[in-house]
Amino acid sequence: MADNKFAAYICSGCGLGDKFNIAGLEKVAKTEGKMTVIKTHPFLCNAEGVQMIKDDIANDGVTHLCIAACSRRAKTEAFVFPTAAVSRANLREGVLWIVAEGSDHDEVRQEMAEDYVRMGCAEIKKMKVPEGNVKESSSKRILVVGGGMSGMTAAMAAADAGYEVVLVEKTGALGGFAKNLFKRVPFAAPYAEAQPTGVAELAAQVSSHPKIKVHLNSTLAETAGAPGRFTAKVAQESGSVTEELCGAIVQTTGFTTYDIAKLPELGGGQANVVDQAGLEALAIAANGGAIKRADGKEVKSVAFVQCAGQRDESGTHLAYCSGHCCATSIKQAMYFKDANPDIDAVVIYDDLRVPGMGEDFYRSAQQKGVIFTKGKASKVTGGDSCKVEFKDLILDETATVDADLVVLATGQVPNAGVNLDEWTTINTAADGGNEEAKQQRTALESTSVLNLAYRQGPDMPQFKYGFADSHFICFPYETRRTGIYAAGPMRRPMDMLQATEDATGAALKAIQAVENVGLGRSPFPRVGDLSFPTARLEGCTQCKRCTVECPFGAIDEDERRFPLFNEERCRRCGTCMGACPVRVISFENYSCDTVGSQVKAVNVPDEEDEKPRILILACENDAYPALDMAGMQRLTYSAFVRVIPVRCLGSVNTIWITDALGAGYDGVMMMGCQKGDNYQCHFVKGSEMAYYRLSKIGDTLKGMGLEPERMLTYEIAITDGARVAKIIDDYVAQLIEMGPSPMKGFG
Amino acid sequence: MTASIATNQTILVVGGGIAGMTAALEAAECGKQVILAEKTPTLGGRTSLLYRYFPKMCHPTCGLEINLRRLRGNPNVRVMTMTEVAAVTGSRGNYAVTLKVKPRYVTENCTACGDCGNAVSAEIPNPANYGMDKIKAAYLPHGMAYPQRFVIDPSIAATPEGEKAKAACKVDAVDLGMQEETLELTVGSVVWATGWRPYDANKIQPYGYDRYANVITSLEFERLADPRGPTGGKLLRPSDGKEAKNIAFIQCAGSRDENHLRHCSRICCMATLKQTQYVREALGDAGKSTIYYIDIRAIDRFEDFYQNVQKDATVSFIKSKVARIALNEENNSPILHGVDTEGYHRYASEHDLVVLAVGMEPEVTGVKLPDDIILDSSNFIEGSKTEGMFGAGSASSPLDVNRSVQSATAAAMRAVQVIHKTASTEAA
Repeated sequence: MADNKFAAYICSGCGLGDKFNIAGLEKVAKTEGKMTVIKTHPFLCNAEGVQMIKDDIANDGVTHLCIAACSRRAKTEAFVFPTAAVSRANLREGVLWIVAEGSDHDEVRQEMAEDYVRMGCAEIKKMKVPEGNVKESSSKRILVVGGGMSGMTAAMAAADAGYEVVLVEKTGALGGFAKNLFKRVPFAAPYAEAQPTGVAELAAQVSSHPKIKVHLNSTLAETAGAPGRFTAKVAQESGSVTEELCGAIVQTTGFTTYDIAKLPELGGGQANVVDQAGLEALAIAANGGAIKRADGKEVKSVAFVQCAGQRDESGTHLAYCSGHCCATSIKQAMYFKDANPDIDAVVIYDDLRVPGMGEDFYRSAQQKGVIFTKGKASKVTGGDSCKVEFKDLILDETATVDADLVVLATGQVPNAGVNLDEWTTINTAADGGNEEAKQQRTALESTSVLNLAYRQGPDMPQFKYGFADSHFICFPYETRRTGIYAAGPMRRPMDMLQATEDATGAALKAIQAVENVGLGRSPFPRVGDLSFPTARLEGCTQCKRCTVECPFGAIDEDERRFPLFNEERCRRCGTCMGACPVRVISFENYSCDTVGSQVKAVNVPDEEDEKPRILILACENDAYPALDMAGMQRLTYSAFVRVIPVRCLGSVNTIWITDALGAGYDGVMMMGCQKGDNYQCHFVKGSEMAYYRLSKIGDTLKGMGLEPERMLTYEIAITDGARVAKIIDDYVAQLIEMGPSPMKGFG
Repeated sequence: MTASIATNQTILVVGGGIAGMTAALEAAECGKQVILAEKTPTLGGRTSLLYRYFPKMCHPTCGLEINLRRLRGNPNVRVMTMTEVAAVTGSRGNYAVTLKVKPRYVTENCTACGDCGNAVSAEIPNPANYGMDKIKAAYLPHGMAYPQRFVIDPSIAATPEGEKAKAACKVDAVDLGMQEETLELTVGSVVWATGWRPYDANKIQPYGYDRYANVITSLEFERLADPRGPTGGKLLRPSDGKEAKNIAFIQCAGSRDENHLRHCSRICCMATLKQTQYVREALGDAGKSTIYYIDIRAIDRFEDFYQNVQKDATVSFIKSKVARIALNEENNSPILHGVDTEGYHRYASEHDLVVLAVGMEPEVTGVKLPDDIILDSSNFIEGSKTEGMFGAGSASSPLDVNRSVQSATAAAMRAVQVIHKTASTEAA
């Protein structure tokens, strides 16, 4: 502590100096904030103001500084001081712009500003500059799991950027599903003809690339470690095991076609009814000549049934659309028309889905004479002469088509490994001694792809329908296992063009992961954050909440059953900190102390002051910007609230709430993101965990003699500037009606 | 002048929408140097003008906030707004780029306090609401604008109104003497994330967008639904300000049509399905949405969203390409004429408001691009002959946000490969 020097810089620009008693703020910083250096500047964010601070850091030994000016979201680039710890007291968006105009409000406005200065000073005293943990031995190799089109593309992308790649493929050859295609749909103009797949050429490039090491006939027996230090046990079919050290993983394990045998009503299992993969095999055998059925008869008429076992609302088959099948059927119909224009090829579809330039491919098929009929197939009969019965949606009548061959466009079923929800249930029962569950667990784990040695299970969490997708529209690569990225049809149903794009992007994410982890930096979304949670294990009660609740599976258990933090897997959300009942987990710059000391720093008025005091804990990504936006629109809200931004509502430790209420605050508002199926929390479960934990706080409040309404939780979207102002005012009115907290004076 | 801000190991990203921001950030977070050039005064692009995203109905500014935080904390990215690419020559690993920077008339001193906006009285059509309302001619483009800095519209720069703005500024941030600047720089790779624009609805003459006030585009409808929009989130008819309750959505307005855009714009079906839920949000069971469509292209798990909308009793679907729109002169309501192809019935249906799901055309359509760039038949960027320039996002194909980000990440990967080759060649 001897070397620390604390400073407060107060800005009087943007009208702050007109509306606030700056001398009063300086006094608070000095006497209560205990700052050594206190300076006011009329325009702190300009070059001169910033230089003043830089000079103090360089010449005067300032190490910790509180900037009392605008929101932390404004002028962020101006106030960058890499060697110093910085807190921001939000006097502009948080006070000046939201407290009603007029001298009637001068007193509460000044009180609010003084509290924010107290809070900023209190916070900075507890903050440390994160040093970051540079790992010189960190591996930059990329492990690609799956050697199909996506995997080969990812491997080439990373290798061509200079990174070493280890590719593990289960079968004896590269190429995956695509190697069994006769041709592929076109990727570029003029989008008129099916194209050679290029799989063999790509496989040859991969096999001969000096940076790529390929393991065929291999699976992952175990994947242990974390980004920068994954140890993959690559098990050969022969039984030998090779250990590969890698920094990040791209999983491209593709899909399996939906089993045609599950569609007996559509002729699945009957002669001369095939799926799209089956038709490719016939086309390869024909090699551009006449396509023959399994019985050797030349096909003169073919019917394609779209959405076979897909878009199913009954719950029996696949609920989703696989996206590629319309274009695939068009391509396959062309196989026939190109060989012999006299062959009848009809595609029976409900909605023909060929977005983008696929429209030109569709036109090309129409020009070649492929017939497209809008209808819904109800029954297919196979055999020597096949028959498709369908409802013609245009003529609004039942119709039939006879064909030599019927092709069912079935969907993609992802190969994403173990469903962790299922695993967790079984694992819990098995750990509890249930013998049947133990057997189920063994069976389930045998289907794992990655075999992660993680406390939270052997594969990536899946999103919906078994795809290991991200739930974020803006961030499609965000899986819930740090440094492990999903690409291709195991992430989302997709065609080959999208899969190659996806794999190229995933390779970049993997490169990013290995680059950042070596520097000790957090990956997305707190990119570059050098802080990292540490635990005082001597205080730990081994309750396991942190290991269970971490949304990213970052925490394992050591042999003594203490939590084992894997820094490289951590996203710095603080959910573990919020979970910890004994408060032993903290970050250098964000901890129970940095927030708790702010809660305590606020001047809580006495009962007779008739000024309620409300604590707002606001998610920094959505609720806090919404509050800023209210300020920018010059909306007003009550000056009785004090806002503290938090990394995620999941990081909120209930001690802050009980401390606040114990100290005589009249209410606490928690503002987080939408939870549930359409969750918007960027740390996945943060807001959900907060609701869950806080639903249990009622008893504590009761024990304190407090009404449950003194702590409420809200879902706030980033656009809710106007709504959040109203919510605050409504809540303050409600608290005034309830009367002051009975805890006042006991704090 | 030749700027020293870039080298042949720098990546230039053109366009600061979600694709451009993504490409820039993804490359920068791999340690590469990036210049992100945006022609308007703010980053964010078209997505920041959307009310909600399908299928989660979440708000685009949520992801923008995260991307802006990534950007603010990353010294590898240099953002240049009001900047356009005038010329590119050279080849992979060594492109000479000419940038033109338009005057903003406001310097980095700006604190976004708003004094200049309060001081001026001149107004301009609000670009953030497609000109459906007006804002002061000294303005912050929108609440999430980045850089968070005001702009003075060129129309007032040399007028007494401009002087008012200058006089009001206490931090000396207004510089009315700013001139257009030209910068020459060298970069190794260029990512074109120039995005899309709505197809000109005036060209679809039978729909009367140019004649009928109550025929609007899907983009304008986004602004009507948005509480930050010109009507405060109320679905009001432009002709009389009355609430529109019976709303028609016409799909493929300009798309899948060889007379207009030959491609399918991909996003419009989902955008319309989403917009029917705006009608529900605003009017509950009292609203009525009718979708006139050819195929509903709700691809992959978007199918869930389609199925849920089909269950919504306020939404009906008519498989028909609307032939023409006439006007009920008495109430200014559009009347849609066409044939329902499911059963072949003719219809003449009156609606309070018609929303044209207009197609996406590349923003660079009609713009002179470097000769090197390879375009497809709809002017989407396929790549470049010298293989060092790449399309990203909806500049490369009509894509939704999720796939634009995917595409932009892939483009960043390709640009990083170019830089790697350049760097290793020079080292050797």
